[in-house]
Amino acid sequence: MTVPEAHRAVDAVWRLESARIIAGLARLVNDVGLAEELAQDALVAALRQWPESGIPPNPGGWLMATARHQAIDRIRRSERLRRNLELLGHEARQQQQSAIFDGQPDLDAVVEGEGVRDDLLRLMFISCHPVLSTEARVALTLKLLGGLTTGEIARAFLSTEPAIAQRIVRAKRTLASRQIPFEVPPEPERAARLASVLEVIYLIFNEGYTATAGDDWIRPELCYEALRLGRMLAELSPAEPEVHGLAALMEIQASRMRARLGPAGEPIPLLEQNRGAWDQLLIRRGFAALLRAERLGRPPGPYMVQAAIAACHARAQRAGDTDWERIVALYELLAALTPTPVVELNRAVAVAMAFGAARGLELVDPLLARPELRDYHLLPSVRGDLLARLGRHEEARTEFERAAALARNARERAVLLGRAAARPPGGQAGPSGSRPAGFP
Amino acid sequence: MRFLMTTSKADPPDDKLVAEMDRLVEEMTRKGVLLAAGGLDPVGTHVSSSGGKVTMTDGPFTESKETILSFALVEVRSKEEAIELAKHFWLIVGNGEGAIRQVYGPE
Repeated sequence: MTVPEAHRAVDAVWRLESARIIAGLARLVNDVGLAEELAQDALVAALRQWPESGIPPNPGGWLMATARHQAIDRIRRSERLRRNLELLGHEARQQQQSAIFDGQPDLDAVVEGEGVRDDLLRLMFISCHPVLSTEARVALTLKLLGGLTTGEIARAFLSTEPAIAQRIVRAKRTLASRQIPFEVPPEPERAARLASVLEVIYLIFNEGYTATAGDDWIRPELCYEALRLGRMLAELSPAEPEVHGLAALMEIQASRMRARLGPAGEPIPLLEQNRGAWDQLLIRRGFAALLRAERLGRPPGPYMVQAAIAACHARAQRAGDTDWERIVALYELLAALTPTPVVELNRAVAVAMAFGAARGLELVDPLLARPELRDYHLLPSVRGDLLARLGRHEEARTEFERAAALARNARERAVLLGRAAARPPGGQAGPSGSRPAGFP
Repeated sequence: MRFLMTTSKADPPDDKLVAEMDRLVEEMTRKGVLLAAGGLDPVGTHVSSSGGKVTMTDGPFTESKETILSFALVEVRSKEEAIELAKHFWLIVGNGEGAIRQVYGPE
């Protein structure tokens, strides 16, 4: 095996196994930052040894054993760590709590002889801890649970490697200095903490799905990373409906990834996409996840409702088959759960589709006064669509131009300028005059 | 990227192997990499198409070397990751033969 080959193999092992290794070590030393350091040391040892010795038959186990030895060494030498270890007396209690959290006895811990599943869940909770800024949560989650390098995270978020590295170092320092316990949070704070985990995963997904800035409109690698985290969480915490709701939402949205881009990389609105290019495997996985959420028999949360909306689109074989009245009802439910102007805007689009552009416009116009939407390019974009459908092309053109000026993504801006240009001043609508409302 | 991992020859499974395989499937699901998996009936129908004529021939076939017995569809970030997963799989299965092939799309 050549050195580059070995390095690629080590890299693959790291991506697959690092989350488990860091999680297991974090439980051992009760310090996420130190756990990652120990895991990195084991990785360095692997990079040195494996090119000569070959990849061991159980590479993940090798890395874990090596890191564990180093951990025990450090514990022997450090008073602080010994004290930390004494705290591990409460670990049995934690394990019971997480068994309750999952709503079933922790069979996995019994079978595997180690609570790998609980450790991973704790790692997710601590990486998404509310003491950290949102950016720090995202970076830490991608680093510790996704196994991404700081360079990869920097590229994905159009940042620099030192900036991301510093963000991660600070986050780990904050967790240590605030003595945030490595645990599945107990009941009173559990719901809010889970919401933070879901938010971080969906944020990663959305940054990939509709890149807010830069030249590419989609960064698929981030979507796949988020999908993977969502699928992981669904197995780690199967009794939480919103976990499956989020997984369902991401699976169904990701199913359209190939259909959302035109040949020149321009975004294609949902209703104009070639539905034959939708990934049926992901759609079915999304339906299955939604069913899992529904079967838990609890009132739906916002992710479940959004997944149900996505499922309505996935079910329609042609755009014309879409059950818009059901979508309107679901948006009403969503607006009751999360009354934000963006949800209102989407509801208005659905109303326009179900009951006509004029009814939609009645709902959109009051949103113009909402300060939260002042710089939101989709408001003038939607309004432009509705005005165009009502034959008010002059006003539509102004709205598309305004939307283009607000869009931060180059591809999106180009599409919006194209729509504005299709409506010459005082003239008739151009070829795309009948374009339906183009929400993603 | 997606890879289809297939087996074309493997020792018949015993109870221990079945249990270990269940656990591997669970673990791969938990890693978020396994999209689908299944076993295939070795007795299939052979299809050939020539000059607009489609011919079906029912199995079993003696030339079973290329017959796929089971498959796992995984979503990973590199070919090396697929290889690592396959190694893990074959350590459990034991003797046999198979293939790892990239599935084009959906990217």
